[in-house]
Amino acid sequence: MPDSQRIIEIEVLRYNPESDKEPHLEVYKVPFSDDMSVLQGAQYIKDHFDGSLTFRWSCRMAICGSCGMMINGIPKLSCETFLRDYFPNRIRIEAMANFPIEKDLVVDLSGFIEKLESIQPYIIPREPRSLDQGEYIQSPEQFNAYIQFTSCINCTLCYAACPQFGLNPDFIGPAAIALLHRYNMDSRDGAAAERMELVAAEEGVFNCSAVGYCSEVCPKHVDPANAVNINKTNAAKDYFLRFLSPKGGSK
Amino acid sequence: MEIFKADVVIVGGGGAGLRAAIAVAETDPSLKIALVSKVYPMRSHTVAAEGGAAGVKKPTDSYEYHFHDTVGGGDWLCEQDVVEYFVRQAPIELTQLEHWGCPWSRTADGHVNVRAFGGMKIERTWFAADKSGFHILHTLFQTSMKYPSIKRFDEHFCVDLLEDEGRCQGVVVIEMGTGEFSMIEARSVIIATGGAGRVFRESTLGGIVTGDGMALAYRHGVALRDMEFVQYHPTCMPVTGLLFTEACRGEGGILVNKDGYRYLQDYGLGPVSDKPKNKYMELGPRDRLSQAFYFEQQKGRTIEHPRLGSVVHLDLRHLGEAYLHERLPLIYEMAETFMGLDPAKDPIPIRPAVHYTMGGIKVDGNCAASLKGLYAIGECASVGIHGANRLGSNSLTELLVFGKVAGVDAARNAKSLAPGKSASLLKQAEATEQRLMALKTKTGGTEKIAVIRKEMAQSMEDGCGIYRMANTMQATCDKLSELRERFKNISIDDKSSVWNTDWLTAVELDYQLDVAQSMAHSAIRRKESRGAHQRLDGFELRDDVNYLKHSEAYYVAGDEPRIAYGDVKITTSQPAERVYGAAGEKADQERKGSHA
Ligand SMILES: Cc1cc2nc3c(=O)[nH]c(=O)nc-3n(C[C@H](O)[C@H](O)[C@H](O)COP(=O)(O)OP(=O)(O)OC[C@H]3O[C@@H](n4cnc5c(N)ncnc54)[C@H](O)[C@@H]3O)c2cc1C
Ligand code: SF4
Ligand code: FES
Repeated sequence: MPDSQRIIEIEVLRYNPESDKEPHLEVYKVPFSDDMSVLQGAQYIKDHFDGSLTFRWSCRMAICGSCGMMINGIPKLSCETFLRDYFPNRIRIEAMANFPIEKDLVVDLSGFIEKLESIQPYIIPREPRSLDQGEYIQSPEQFNAYIQFTSCINCTLCYAACPQFGLNPDFIGPAAIALLHRYNMDSRDGAAAERMELVAAEEGVFNCSAVGYCSEVCPKHVDPANAVNINKTNAAKDYFLRFLSPKGGSK
Repeated sequence: MEIFKADVVIVGGGGAGLRAAIAVAETDPSLKIALVSKVYPMRSHTVAAEGGAAGVKKPTDSYEYHFHDTVGGGDWLCEQDVVEYFVRQAPIELTQLEHWGCPWSRTADGHVNVRAFGGMKIERTWFAADKSGFHILHTLFQTSMKYPSIKRFDEHFCVDLLEDEGRCQGVVVIEMGTGEFSMIEARSVIIATGGAGRVFRESTLGGIVTGDGMALAYRHGVALRDMEFVQYHPTCMPVTGLLFTEACRGEGGILVNKDGYRYLQDYGLGPVSDKPKNKYMELGPRDRLSQAFYFEQQKGRTIEHPRLGSVVHLDLRHLGEAYLHERLPLIYEMAETFMGLDPAKDPIPIRPAVHYTMGGIKVDGNCAASLKGLYAIGECASVGIHGANRLGSNSLTELLVFGKVAGVDAARNAKSLAPGKSASLLKQAEATEQRLMALKTKTGGTEKIAVIRKEMAQSMEDGCGIYRMANTMQATCDKLSELRERFKNISIDDKSSVWNTDWLTAVELDYQLDVAQSMAHSAIRRKESRGAHQRLDGFELRDDVNYLKHSEAYYVAGDEPRIAYGDVKITTSQPAERVYGAAGEKADQERKGSHA
């Protein structure tokens, strides 16, 4: 709850498909305190000024990945971005770029989810193991090879940052490639070759123009740009191998 | 209205719901599964769990130890046969998760590592740094994509259960993106909607933790069991309630009051030692630690912070920056981002906040409710392993163990039954649609959702907090009745169909009011102190003669709930004094002596 009288102006991109032709900006004057996040600012507006303001949120602790939005033009998690850092200037919040807006700050994520599903994001065991054999053993090196790429919270900020995804919505994109790479690098998994087809496909890594903005905005240091890069190299290698072997390269 | 015919419908895509979906799919790939969730599954609140999941791992540990820690920790209100099953399945399920790719933290030789947790005699908490729930949830979500028989209804909001011929036969859902209603028919219905702690003011919980499934089952005549037992977690961020995991203490963090004194030694948890010692001091159970905070505050020994209120310090400085980054990276980040402090250099101000609902939908050891065809699992359920106080890291394991149990039994049940009568189900679904459309389109309401929600949460904190008294609990019961009346006059600003969260928040508030009533009325009738239910008005002691019983709250339309009592299943552990620290060790010795 606000405990001081400071007021910040929050400009919100509003859009209701049932009554608006186009998105438009509205300004709200929100009393705030130092510990208030941008998300809490939006909640304040919903609770006090207009119950129809629509946005996704849940955990409030930067782990559920729901609350991404453009904050002064930069993709950020609104629950870990603070109003104090913008005051006394006006702050503008808008739906994440590059996605179709469904309503206000809510965008259509169905395409992103389909991409996640398409990369076979599960262990396809290299060597099946029964439960009574206990856990797989992974050395620190094997563990470190993939652990960074497990940290993705599916917030899609990297997609909002990606100019190529903006141009081609079919591009499988940073987070999905990072997840694919996560499974490929896991010593328990044996399906890297199967996933390679997708990497090298039309929607795959070669869309990337190496801008690197995705890694810059990633709140969890996943470094998806790095995953994309490594897979570009892998896919290029794979391409050559396919030429050499009539049965299709890396299988 | 659209109709979807499934064999098993699961409401809830958190750890419990996903585990159940996989179990159904593996039991019989021909069964059609509908998995409904009001958020994309990986946003479910399981994602926020930090510390880890309990299961015997070390050669020095045993099922019997895990059993005794759990039953004693629950102040003997656990179903002991269910706990016996639970501790045996725990390591199997945790290993299964490893096979599915969960990145559990490991020892240098490549095996899964375990850490200490409050109230646990031996280190047995499997962890993935301090993002255990996050990794469990994403592993399950991603693994679930392997099974074509699982059809997800993401961002679909469940508003009713369908009941016909004495059994539960499906659910009514709203597609949030369009506002359209559908009916999902199924012969088995599994509720996995998570906890209800958001009925309180300061909590560790996400906005979605509103007790929906509990209220749905309750309105269909199923008892909510042991609802008075609500866990306060002792180490939370003031104001927001965000959690600093118990693993902070498992890794060696200490709690000090304004004099820099480790005050827990004054509350039967000592003596102090340099190294963390299981079941001593900071590694005591949560209820005791939160209660100690309360008394420190009464004694004027907490730190009074102008903005944060009364706090004590969680001190991690002696663990050093490198170790903190390795073991508690999320905690490190949270302290920096949300509080602007560096845990390697500054002590962290903390206080207790609401964290977990021990009670829930009453089910048997197969996770089956009294209404045929209905199952409940996870935090929304009361299968009987937490009793009056949950031990940290038992609930993530519960999701897996009982998610599987319910999935297997729901599959069996679905196969044993013929499909129901669609026409009669559809009629009910349409009635539900009408009722909710009326709520949305109604004009002239004057009560604001946010105001009622706030008054409810404040009143729950005042009456059903860490310590309770008859007069304040009564005030809460009265307040809730008043709010129930006022809710009828609610105003909803948003009249649109697409993504109408204003309307759905009102539906959630309606659920919350029911759940809050079940908690407050169960609490005021329990005239003793046990686990998380502590009284200061002449009922300070546990009373096994009258209250070694589960409370059961039954819904009464338009009125306060009816409270009944049920027996507690005791197998091998007779109620004893619940002691920790040196006294606990002595009691353990004696118990061993008498077994020999
Ligand atoms: C901060 C925090 C840390 C924790 N740390 C630990 C720990 O270290 N160890 C441990 O053992 N436990 C821990 N817990 C407890 C544990 O995480 C939870 O009890 C557990 O994750 C609950 O899982 P669940 O599957 O029952 O519910 P949730 O994960 O909450 O999922 C509920 C699901 O139900 C859906 N749902 C709800 N209502 C509806 C509706 N009306 N319609 C459709 N869908 C609906 C939601 O969308 C969601 O998918 C922690 C809890 C918190 C809050
Ligand atoms: S890679 Fe980073 S920015 Fe992209 S979705 Fe994952 S966490 Fe978000
Ligand atoms: S609310 Fe969960 S990431 Fe911000």
